[in-house]
Amino acid sequence: MQELKKRLCELLSDGTVARVLGWRRGETSFDPEPAFFGSAEELSDFVYDGFCGANLSKMMIEAARLEGKTAVCLKPCDTYSYNQLIKEHRVDREKTYIIGVGCRGKLDIDKIRALGIKGILSISGTECDGDGDTLLIKTVYGDKSCKYADAMLSRCHVCRGKEHKIYDEIIGESRDTTDGDRFSEVEKLEAMAPRERFEFFRRELSRCIRCNACRNVCPACSCRKCVFDSNNFDSAQKANVDPFEEKMFHIIRAFHVAGRCTDCGECSRVCPENIPLHLFNRKFIKDINTFYGEYTAGEDAEAKCPLTDFDFGDAEPGDVTSGR
Amino acid sequence: MCGFGNGNDALIPRVGVITDIRTETPDVKTFRVVSPEGGKLFEHMPGQCAMVCVPGVGEGMFSITSSPTQREYQEFSIKRCGVLTDMLHSLSPGDEITVRGPYGNHFPVEDALKGKNLLFVAGGIGLAPLRSVINYVLDNRADYGSVDIVYGARSADDLVRLDEIREVWAKAPGVGVHLTIDREQEGWDGHVGFVPAFLGELGFDADRTALVCGPPVMIKFVLSTLGEMGFGKEQVYTTLELRMKCGIGKCGRCNIGSKYVCRDGPVFRFDEIDELPDEY
Amino acid sequence: MMGGIYGISKDRLEKLFSALAAERELYLPVMSGGKVNFSVWEEGEDVRLDVTKTAKSPKDAFFPQFETLYTCRTEEGKLKIDPEELCRREFVVFGMRACDAAGLRVLDRVFLSEPVDTFYAARRELGTIVSIACGEPEESCFCRAFGIDAASPDADVAAWFSGERLLLKPQTEKGTRLISSLSEYLTEADGAEAAIEEEQAKIRAITEKLPYSLLSLEGWGSGETKRKFDSPLWEKLYRPCLACGTCTFVCPTCQCYDIKDYKTKNGVQRYRCWDSCMYSDFTLMAGGNNRTTQLQRFRQRFMHKLVYFPENNEGTFSCVGCGRCVDSCPSSLNIVKVIKAFSKDGGDE
Repeated sequence: MQELKKRLCELLSDGTVARVLGWRRGETSFDPEPAFFGSAEELSDFVYDGFCGANLSKMMIEAARLEGKTAVCLKPCDTYSYNQLIKEHRVDREKTYIIGVGCRGKLDIDKIRALGIKGILSISGTECDGDGDTLLIKTVYGDKSCKYADAMLSRCHVCRGKEHKIYDEIIGESRDTTDGDRFSEVEKLEAMAPRERFEFFRRELSRCIRCNACRNVCPACSCRKCVFDSNNFDSAQKANVDPFEEKMFHIIRAFHVAGRCTDCGECSRVCPENIPLHLFNRKFIKDINTFYGEYTAGEDAEAKCPLTDFDFGDAEPGDVTSGR
Repeated sequence: MCGFGNGNDALIPRVGVITDIRTETPDVKTFRVVSPEGGKLFEHMPGQCAMVCVPGVGEGMFSITSSPTQREYQEFSIKRCGVLTDMLHSLSPGDEITVRGPYGNHFPVEDALKGKNLLFVAGGIGLAPLRSVINYVLDNRADYGSVDIVYGARSADDLVRLDEIREVWAKAPGVGVHLTIDREQEGWDGHVGFVPAFLGELGFDADRTALVCGPPVMIKFVLSTLGEMGFGKEQVYTTLELRMKCGIGKCGRCNIGSKYVCRDGPVFRFDEIDELPDEY
Repeated sequence: MMGGIYGISKDRLEKLFSALAAERELYLPVMSGGKVNFSVWEEGEDVRLDVTKTAKSPKDAFFPQFETLYTCRTEEGKLKIDPEELCRREFVVFGMRACDAAGLRVLDRVFLSEPVDTFYAARRELGTIVSIACGEPEESCFCRAFGIDAASPDADVAAWFSGERLLLKPQTEKGTRLISSLSEYLTEADGAEAAIEEEQAKIRAITEKLPYSLLSLEGWGSGETKRKFDSPLWEKLYRPCLACGTCTFVCPTCQCYDIKDYKTKNGVQRYRCWDSCMYSDFTLMAGGNNRTTQLQRFRQRFMHKLVYFPENNEGTFSCVGCGRCVDSCPSSLNIVKVIKAFSKDGGDE
């Protein structure tokens, strides 16, 4: 992290950038927050460790409206989102200096709590440049430990690889964290009978509190005004008035980001009710791959998405329903 | 077990029947409302508001334009400016709406204003809440001192209820009516100019209590003109308008500082407003 | 019978729940999909009284996220308003915590003050609360900063785990009635005072060690509007806020609501639902919006809890230190960070 911080200071002081978008140290060792830094002095609070899971690419929409260039720290998976935002003309590449930051998987405090560890005071072993695979956890109930991998966000177990798809420079080493198949959860759902699958989603979505965290964090949800915030849209908006409304928000959102979702996993990370929202999007990704050939949103900033591009060889609607 | 009868909740409205609709200006209509059995829906005080709703379309807080001294009905002067008001403007006499209220405080007609010389300053639809007080004052004329009404609008067509102003108010004893419009207009031989400047030209002594209603920008300049004339902030009343839903200070929407506009307002004295954070 | 202490062994709790649920609705903290929330208990559910904090506060037992107020329909050309019936069923919320119970007292100040919210009042009257002392407080807990004692919860029945037993002590008439109705399952626990005191001492000792327990609220409360409102600190604090409603919806004291219409086959259903001051449309009206930036909306939430509410309520803060917002904010923002940022330099910078 020291190397990264030093470089960011340089970029600020030599005038390359007007500000840095990264993470600020929180009150504990596990609650850093996304933050803009305007000076080398402010950077004294900069942190980059295992708990810096937030995808900062969406905040670059706001940065594009600010004076001067912004240096942003993007993890490999975040660069897909940034590319996609370029494609959608939401960010300004010219006003961005991308530091590709190394990643050895990001941590999820809920995973640690789920191991029965309570009253956490501090956690060590979260450094990005560390090579230990154990977290040491000080709690009010004594010292505990757990494997780094066991505390990782689910998305990191099915990571597509630690290659930055867009950057100006790369700082820090990455480590492969993939130990599962990205589509295995989707395949499980596909194997279910329709009724069973419906029941699965009904149960999961019944916990939704309509806080909009999934939408607001999503880099693909970049509409200035969401249809669900419109007073002219005859929906209950803030309440799951009936089982239909309960599902409608998530289903419409999934359709709206289809072909544009880079599977960054932020929706599931932020859900206060632990709803596996990424499953909707991942099913779409799998289907696009099946019907139109392999396509990865955000792999680059140019390629057209099969859903917004026409080709005489395209799958016909009938092919989809018959599962060609 | 629960000692609460149902239906007495402040959030449950009553049905109101529109008995008359008057077109006041190109975009303002006045709706006369009574209960289905006839008679007033409720008793109110000048300055109070009510929630008027077209079921399925929307509900909004409107000031009650009629004076409490009007025994038969309530009136709301409503300007067309959104989905709900569009719908209200398309209604006809005999149509039903729902109404709940009255909500909020009122102009202190029974105490602080009693015996005082009154100066009313209104712009456009801002006359609506003041009309209630003006008529109340005229119906209890002996309780108050001199009355001056300074009222302006974009054009002569936008002056709400010019007939009443000229025929009733201007002819009442001890009442001065001073009208102005923003721009020259054929057939208008009265004053032309904005309300704050007109007020300055008229130049009132500061032995009055001012009641000011209108667009925020007008209020701002009127306040500074009044200041120049020597009016203290505690001599000036106005009404605030914010998004409101419940009307009883619970839903949180119209909260500024420790005040809820729907419950603690809409009437505020300027020295009270000064204490609020600048967020209205 | 009031004042006595009653015990039940942990392995008999399931039977107790069955008995409770037979007579009335029973809310319990239940694990589903990896999160624990209060929900109406059914046989076989994974009840988790060991989990200190549910994801959502139990406030929706009294102030549901969504509830119908009335239905408006047309009958022979005439409008008819059918008010929704008030709650008639008795219910028990079992397993609340001291902070949750304190949160209800905050909601009481809002909904039970004139004019009384009859929907809330009916539920408050019919609901009996069993609160459990927090044997294992979490790091994000800071109820102590608000003068709340996690070791002796405010409730109709207060409860403590002691070894393999749950000890129950009725504290109100309603609580006494509840305990009497369960005499078949409970035994009088002689000498349990000492066991409770021991548990309380243990809890208070842990609470002292929690990182936010000593959070100082100095400089907050009545009369602080001018000084705090214009502070440049808000600009820095609000930045990562996503403008979602997570903090408001998990909060036991947030009470803002929206009133909306839903068109059904049988007329227009008027309902109210939780709303969030963090949402951009919260103050939007046809004539404009008095809070157009997220900075203003973010500031409103904290100013309301820490300054405006105390101003209207004899100094009581609209926060009980449950720490749910600390645990769930997607950007790791929270009221603790706000309070601490101001305590460093008073907000004048």
